[in-house]
Amino acid sequence: MGVLALRGWLLAEVPQSKTQARCQRLFISWLAFKGNPVAVIGLLIITSLVVIAALAPWITASDALEPDLAGRLQPPGSEHWFGTDELGRDIRDRIIWGSRITLYIVGLVSIIVVPIGLMIGVVAGYIGGWVDTVLMRLTDIFLAFPRLILAMALVAALGPGLENAVLAIALTTWSPFARIARAEALTIRNSDFILAARMQGVSTPGILVRHVAPLCMSSVIVRLTLDMAGIILTAAGLGFLGLGAQPPTPEWGAMISLGRQYLIDQWWVPTMPGIAILVVSLGFNLLGDGLRDVFDPKSGG
Amino acid sequence: MIDIQGLDVAFGHGKHAFHAVREVSLSVETGQSFGLVGESGSGKTTVLRALAGLLDRVATVSGNMIVDGETLQAQRSKTFRQRVQMVFQDPYGSLHPRHTVDTIMSEPARVHRLDRIEERVVAALEEVGLDASFRFRYPHQISGGQRQRVSVARALITDPKIVLLDEPTSALDVSVQAEVLNLLMRLKREHGLTYVLVSHNLAVVAHMCETLSVMQNGAIVETMSVQQLREHSSTMPYTRQLLTASLGYDRGAIDAFEEFGQ
Amino acid sequence: MSVPEAPLLCVEDLHVTYHTPTGLVQAVKGVSFELGREKLGIVGESGSGKSQTGRAILGLTAPGGEVQARRLEFEGTNLLHADKKTLRRIRGGGISMIMQDPKYSLNPVMTVGKQIEEAFLIHSNDSKREAYVRTLAMLRAVKIREPERVYKAYPHEVSGGMGQRIMIAMMMIPEPSIIIADEPTSALDVTVQLQVLAVLDDMISERGMGLIFISHDLNLIASFCDRILIMYGGQVMEECRADELAQAKHPYTRGLLDCLPRLDGGKQELAVLRRDPAWLEVLEKLS
Repeated sequence: MGVLALRGWLLAEVPQSKTQARCQRLFISWLAFKGNPVAVIGLLIITSLVVIAALAPWITASDALEPDLAGRLQPPGSEHWFGTDELGRDIRDRIIWGSRITLYIVGLVSIIVVPIGLMIGVVAGYIGGWVDTVLMRLTDIFLAFPRLILAMALVAALGPGLENAVLAIALTTWSPFARIARAEALTIRNSDFILAARMQGVSTPGILVRHVAPLCMSSVIVRLTLDMAGIILTAAGLGFLGLGAQPPTPEWGAMISLGRQYLIDQWWVPTMPGIAILVVSLGFNLLGDGLRDVFDPKSGG
Repeated sequence: MIDIQGLDVAFGHGKHAFHAVREVSLSVETGQSFGLVGESGSGKTTVLRALAGLLDRVATVSGNMIVDGETLQAQRSKTFRQRVQMVFQDPYGSLHPRHTVDTIMSEPARVHRLDRIEERVVAALEEVGLDASFRFRYPHQISGGQRQRVSVARALITDPKIVLLDEPTSALDVSVQAEVLNLLMRLKREHGLTYVLVSHNLAVVAHMCETLSVMQNGAIVETMSVQQLREHSSTMPYTRQLLTASLGYDRGAIDAFEEFGQ
Repeated sequence: MSVPEAPLLCVEDLHVTYHTPTGLVQAVKGVSFELGREKLGIVGESGSGKSQTGRAILGLTAPGGEVQARRLEFEGTNLLHADKKTLRRIRGGGISMIMQDPKYSLNPVMTVGKQIEEAFLIHSNDSKREAYVRTLAMLRAVKIREPERVYKAYPHEVSGGMGQRIMIAMMMIPEPSIIIADEPTSALDVTVQLQVLAVLDDMISERGMGLIFISHDLNLIASFCDRILIMYGGQVMEECRADELAQAKHPYTRGLLDCLPRLDGGKQELAVLRRDPAWLEVLEKLS
């Protein structure tokens, strides 16, 4: 009965409140998203990632991260689904714990990068003039560096470690978002509804926050999900180079790095974390494509 | 109520500056409807936007403008923003696509710190013939005519004295246009508003206004009463040609059309 | 006593239906008319189906739309069952279309001259030299004063009125029998509008062509065209001669006429069109 009532509320002809109107819009977007099977697969992958990360303590053995030198380099089998690594640790459990780190990296980078990119882009695009020039040159500087090289330089300066790696990745990732937000803001600022807001006497910060930024959000979010794969791979790359998470942290990139030498005879050691990265990157890509189709159905299929 | 002297609007700088409005002067009495007529590029919309104070970052505006006793400065005062409102041409572009009708209409009330916002919103919606069920809809869920009504309702929230109308019905179907024009006439009567109406459509201006100025290439060609327009008593060739063209297709008359150059 | 000429175009019971996720949308519900060597105006508000009718004749209905008719014939050829080759020949060579905004219908990266030449060469086997000569002649025919200069110009370099005249040149050069003009002057100023229409008018009379003029501007159609079809809700509400419009009988037509503000009218309230739901019901009597 509750579900039916909820559905009725979501499909009601006349919304009675702002919240209801907003929920209705989200529901309709959800229905459009659901119609795209590939996007739903992406969502499922990411949801699984979150669930697995959350349930890590309960679905792994209590001593999963402890070395067991007697059981080194076991091939995948019934006891160890993905085999064991060079220190005898169960790879499956390490991957599960590593998913937490992946989410941590992805979440932290997003929280830093989206507000900064959005703010800089929106301010530059709307205000224009020398503010735009200064902010865009700043963006260009960060955009010009190859991501991994700049990340390496920062980590070399700040010292290895997961947080520093996250900071380095964030600093190299925010520029495209500022550009996207700026491009949208440039189009929006001449719209009649912005002129109407200025007619009402709305202040510039008010216009930026309530009128311009909300319209830039969808492009930024889509770009974020599509960039997610790159972020994970950069983190893995840093881990691979020994500049990110330090052993024995089960970060997927570090796992590939340490398992590299076993690739020929014990292929599962570096390959399993590699597959995990592949699957999660693919998931974010598919999710991003699906979101883009929902937000802007005119582009592409 | 409105007095404009020597208004000049230039886009760009130096010798390549484009003067969209050249030395325009006009005045509008309280309670009057004043029409600004012209073809595209005549500068009529630019005059309106200069008056509204919407050109401060994109153009150089010079000249004297006095509205309701207040001489306008580069930055419009809060009083001005309460007293003067505008309705735009494009019903699809003048409402924020992600804001509900309620948010759109509450914003001016909040900016001017008015009380009883919800009551005002519902009252304004009723005045334009929309019932309260429209409050939480999004612009894409309502028709073009309904959107223009919301635009008009939004303009009324702050209880203004002057409403600037930029081609308010050009994008609407003819039957919807009639409803919106009737609405605007009624509101003007009931609230004692002063209108400045910009349009390329002489029939709409003749219907709505008492006085009008014909603009061409940024300058005023002629100012006349609507009565004089109806009587075809204009002596300016541009106005006469515009009037002839407004009456419909006449093959013979078209051969006589002149090019009124830059 | 002269034998009445066969009509250029016969449309009988035309239907255009779209399959959307929310159900069937009938954009055109049983439209019938004939077109001879005359100017026929189709007038209606947005959603009346007038543009859809024009596009259906040319087979330009958007994907997802289904066109059905009892008869759709152009100079004796059945357009519904014609093969692709015949349709391509007819499009441009037999029936041509002029659309609203030259900004969007002219290729922005090709010069004007090249586009007109291309339109000519598609429907003829003549040489490029001949195409060039004909293009200049056509530009002169649409009253463009410096054809050589405009030939080399790009679409964004010309004004709206000139752009539409270029469109007319492009659509006329393959010498079609019918032109369908869909709001060809709505984006133009009123004086330019009339000048463009004068060019169109002259060319159509000279060549003995038929014109279907689609617009929302009742006044303009009444003064420009010979005959008028008034459409609403996908159907033809009334058909009359242009000079008899003031005596129109259908309540929708009368409603449209009465709600227009007039230069010579008073300041009283405009009559508001009351839509009768019965108008949307399909007129069964046409069978």
